[in-house]
Amino acid sequence: MATRKATTVYLYELAWILPSFAIPVGMLVALVVTAFGAGIHLPGQERRIDPTKVAETAPFDTPGLVELAPGQYEVRMTAQIWAFAPNEIRVPAGSTVHFWATSKDVVHGLLIPKVHVNVMLLPGQVAHAVARFDTPGEYPIICHEYCGIAHHTMAGKVIVEAAR
Amino acid sequence: MTRSEDRLTAAFVAVALVALFGGALTGVFQALEHSGLNVYPSTPLVKSYYHSLTLHGVLNVLVWTTFFICGFVPFLVTRALGRPLALPGLAWLTFWVMLGGLVLAAIPLLGNAATVMFTFYPPLKAHWAFYVGLTLVVVGTWLVTLNLALTWRAWRRQHPAERTPLAAFMGLVTFAMWTIASLGIAAEMLVMLIPWSLGLIGGTDPLLARVLFWFTGHPIVYFWLLPAYMSWYALVPRQAGGKLFSDPLARTSFILFLVLSTPLGFHHQYTDPGIHVGWKLVHAFLTFAVFFPSLLTFFNVVASLESGARARGGRGWVAWFARLPWGDPSLAAQVLAMLLFTFGGIGGLINASYNLNLVVHNTAWIVGHLHLTVGTAVTLTFMGICYWLVPHLAGRALWSRRLALAQVWTWFVGMIVFSNTLHRLGLMGMPRRTMIGAAAYVQPEWKVLLPLVGAGGALLFLSSVLFFLNLVLTLVASRAPAPAVPAFSEALSGADHAPAILDRWRPWIALAFVLIAIAYGPTLVRLALTTPFNTPGLRVW
Ligand code: HEM
Ligand SMILES: [Cu+2]
Repeated sequence: MATRKATTVYLYELAWILPSFAIPVGMLVALVVTAFGAGIHLPGQERRIDPTKVAETAPFDTPGLVELAPGQYEVRMTAQIWAFAPNEIRVPAGSTVHFWATSKDVVHGLLIPKVHVNVMLLPGQVAHAVARFDTPGEYPIICHEYCGIAHHTMAGKVIVEAAR
Repeated sequence: MTRSEDRLTAAFVAVALVALFGGALTGVFQALEHSGLNVYPSTPLVKSYYHSLTLHGVLNVLVWTTFFICGFVPFLVTRALGRPLALPGLAWLTFWVMLGGLVLAAIPLLGNAATVMFTFYPPLKAHWAFYVGLTLVVVGTWLVTLNLALTWRAWRRQHPAERTPLAAFMGLVTFAMWTIASLGIAAEMLVMLIPWSLGLIGGTDPLLARVLFWFTGHPIVYFWLLPAYMSWYALVPRQAGGKLFSDPLARTSFILFLVLSTPLGFHHQYTDPGIHVGWKLVHAFLTFAVFFPSLLTFFNVVASLESGARARGGRGWVAWFARLPWGDPSLAAQVLAMLLFTFGGIGGLINASYNLNLVVHNTAWIVGHLHLTVGTAVTLTFMGICYWLVPHLAGRALWSRRLALAQVWTWFVGMIVFSNTLHRLGLMGMPRRTMIGAAAYVQPEWKVLLPLVGAGGALLFLSSVLFFLNLVLTLVASRAPAPAVPAFSEALSGADHAPAILDRWRPWIALAFVLIAIAYGPTLVRLALTTPFNTPGLRVW
């Protein structure tokens, strides 16, 4: 009797261990496939700069929007308490925009909901994110890391104009 | 058990409860702010939304959790081993070191000189007393580990051939895991923040600071969670009228937590620049690996509850659930905590899912998530524990069982409203850690939902008030003697079925360090070799 009970428990244990193992593995496979299939990537390792000399360091010595090719843009952006520079960007619909950004003082964040721009801006680090703006409209640029008493005022916008 | 152990537990739990009260008060202020009612102009002590949020984070997740755990875990371990702590004097010294550290940190914290959030990312620069105080609290937790380890060793000498009792085993694993995990924060404090705040070095590096912080900052969630699991495994099955399903499976999952908890902190830094995406992917893999012991726990605990409900006449595939002893507030609290934790777990998987994290990182979604996990799975479980622990420590029965049941259900309902709303707001792109009521970019679709944050928060606050009221009345007005403490559960499949290697410490601790070296080694070495501490500090609040 005692051994039979133990065997049943053992079978249940096994019956659960196997799916417990298979579920995370399956999810992980799905994740890797979709991540690389969709080509949406996380910010990665770019380079270090001197956080006290941002204004003299390329590309942040010439902040603003630069057209690289038709429909291809680059934004060189700095974050400082409590503003982004530039804080308004205009591009035509269908544009791909590369954000190159860093912080001049404390930790900030760069969040543009709906287009998967979500990156931390750390003093001393160059951050990179890419977004494609297909639908015309206004997209808020939000600082999403606490950066001091007026953190909630730190914002900007991307204005996407209907393609000519 | 001696009264002296009880007094020690009482001291820790008392501090924890005071902190939780402050946490609930600041919490409801924040929730009301989100729904358009800014109370801060009329709170003399709390200077701003951000002052409030810093207090809230520190009081809830650093003080309430840590002090409760340092009181509760030794209480269970000494009972399970049937012997007092090896060094009672050290145990009291530990308490005073931790309380001293807390007071030291509290001075700048309350005085608005450390409004840097509970994550204290430099270059935000707090007063040195904040960093030194928190470090003393961490040192205190190491002394608890030492005391537990010595107590276990003394027990082992007298019982060379026995299995370590389950509750003691789980308590030891919890503190062993935490001690390894806390090395990151200790390094951040000692190498960077303390010398910098004292003016000995001129700057810090924000990236290295975050890497060291999250080295500890992820496993700290297991430090909060494992003591709740201890209750779910060692006490709840008996409270439910049943038996623990499998002791070996419980031990296995704890050992896996010991090994796997630390080498995955980059999943908090998926969006940080300066860390190679390859290492982020490795940490994503390891994060999914700890999902395995979590699933084992889920199964084992639910099967144990089922055994209780069936012994009480429960039937069917799911209908047995209604047969649990829902009239016991301690059990009801913990079962509801588990229920909400299921959703917390699913949300956690989404956070961990590499590029899906781009949708949720630093949005209100995370706030919704963490209130299901540490804010409910852990907190509501600890509240449930308080419903037998505080009466035991006070020597008086709980003042009102019905009030306690009302409290538990209010928390459950309030949390569903609060957390669900925040999850949705997060998906709409609302940032966390933000004074939303004053923000310039509030979107029309957020405005519809924001009142529900206030409503859910108000229910949670009401629930906290009922909780504290009941405990205070237990102390001052209850006359009946306290009932017995819940006994440890028996197991359907007992410790003798567990592989003997699970009782060894060295191989597992060694394995934990190997995984840490693989997952963190290259990045830490690179940062240590190439990082100038050249970011000056700022006080911008
Ligand atoms: C009365 C109950 C509670 C209410 C109404 C409440 C409300 C809130 C609100 C509104 C926020 C701020 C959102 C933001 O600006 O990002 C918050 C943050 C937070 N809460 Fe709670 N909370 C409660 C209880 C708890 C408990 C019990 C815990 C954990 C034990 C907890 C842990 C946290 C943490 C860790 C944060 C994030 C702090 C940060 O971003 O630095 N809360 N809470
Ligand atoms: Cu900012």
